[in-house]
Amino acid sequence: MNQLNNFTKGFFKENPVFILLLGLCPALGVTSSAVNGLGMGLATTFVLVMANIVVSLIKGFIPDKVRIPSFIVVIATFVTIVEMVMEAYIPALFDALGLFIPLIVVNCLVLGRAEAFASKNNLISSVIDGAGMGLGFSMALTMLGGLRELLGSGMLFGLSIYPEDYGMLVFVLAPGAFIGLGYLIAILNRVNKA
Amino acid sequence: MSKRASTLPNMVLTLILITSVAGGSLGFIYQATKAPIEASAVAKQQSAIKLVVPGFDNDPAAEMYELQSAEGFTLKVFPAKRDGELIGVAIESMTNRGFSGDIKVMVGLEPDGTIINYEVLEHRETPGLGTKMYDWFKPADDDGADGEVGAVRAFFDRLFGISQDDGDDSKNILGKNPGTSTLLVKQDGGEVDAITAATITARAFLHAIEVAYTTYTQNTDAASSATTQIENWEGDEQ
Repeated sequence: MNQLNNFTKGFFKENPVFILLLGLCPALGVTSSAVNGLGMGLATTFVLVMANIVVSLIKGFIPDKVRIPSFIVVIATFVTIVEMVMEAYIPALFDALGLFIPLIVVNCLVLGRAEAFASKNNLISSVIDGAGMGLGFSMALTMLGGLRELLGSGMLFGLSIYPEDYGMLVFVLAPGAFIGLGYLIAILNRVNKA
Repeated sequence: MSKRASTLPNMVLTLILITSVAGGSLGFIYQATKAPIEASAVAKQQSAIKLVVPGFDNDPAAEMYELQSAEGFTLKVFPAKRDGELIGVAIESMTNRGFSGDIKVMVGLEPDGTIINYEVLEHRETPGLGTKMYDWFKPADDDGADGEVGAVRAFFDRLFGISQDDGDDSKNILGKNPGTSTLLVKQDGGEVDAITAATITARAFLHAIEVAYTTYTQNTDAASSATTQIENWEGDEQ
């Protein structure tokens, strides 16, 4: 398979959030600001790449019937590592993402890529697939977070764009996440069609 | 690619192998990150103490003692001293009245109970609403609404014909003494503006401050005269 295609498909053609609609729980939950979205996206990217590497390396040794539990253990291990390392070295980000880090385990995006791609492809393709999908996920979360932050509290990446008093409160709250995601999906579908 | 057959010994062996490798590597990472995690927790506490009671020259963490509040919370009190004289205390206070879960606040009090500053340590309030408590109750200059942003604000205000009453001090609680000011949200008959769309958080936050103040003054001999004052103040609340 063309490796460049393999990498870029995660951004537009098969973007996990906008096209595959995978991993929507963190996409809606943590995106109250662009920085949170980016942090969550990068944490997921790390887990995705590492899990893809390990799964593609051990795929030959795993009996078919226990492959899902094996994948989950691999993924959960990397998530826990991310959690501990983040708490130790980036406590500010850990405070902001807190609850959502353990939820990466059950992010169907990670298991989905392990099952659908890494268990069928070689190491290089799996790494590239994981990186592309993860960065596409990060891009989607950052876009959604930026949109909500801008419309909701008048800021972008923590910088004031216009006074907070004129922000639309709904975009800070959960319904704004759904509305924002809906419009982003619509726009991206239109762009993909063109 | 040849997969191993799904026989029972194969499956058991594979799972045992995978889980032991996973367990082993987690144990290793846990050991490696244990010290930095503890260090960052201590650093966070230290910087919070420095923020809420500036200017001390002792080690407040070493002289820390605990007090029980009337609600049964255990509060940590960090005495801040300069040249051996008490200049204030940092109290790690909490409340269980938050919108979701407990709120932990580090609040700095002068020996007479006047609030010097505060820092929110831990909470699970709504991002973007309840989280405004981080600087909502501090003076307006603190939230960065000056310079360029101030000019933009003025433009928007003129555009929509809104007059801002930023000048008044009703959000600020710094420099006030809970013994003499009624630190409750306006909806409850107090004199503090609640956070827009997060009144419950504001109430809970002020409760944590009140817990710190009441517990500290009631446990301090010097404040024995102030105790009656507090009781009166609590009476007003009901």
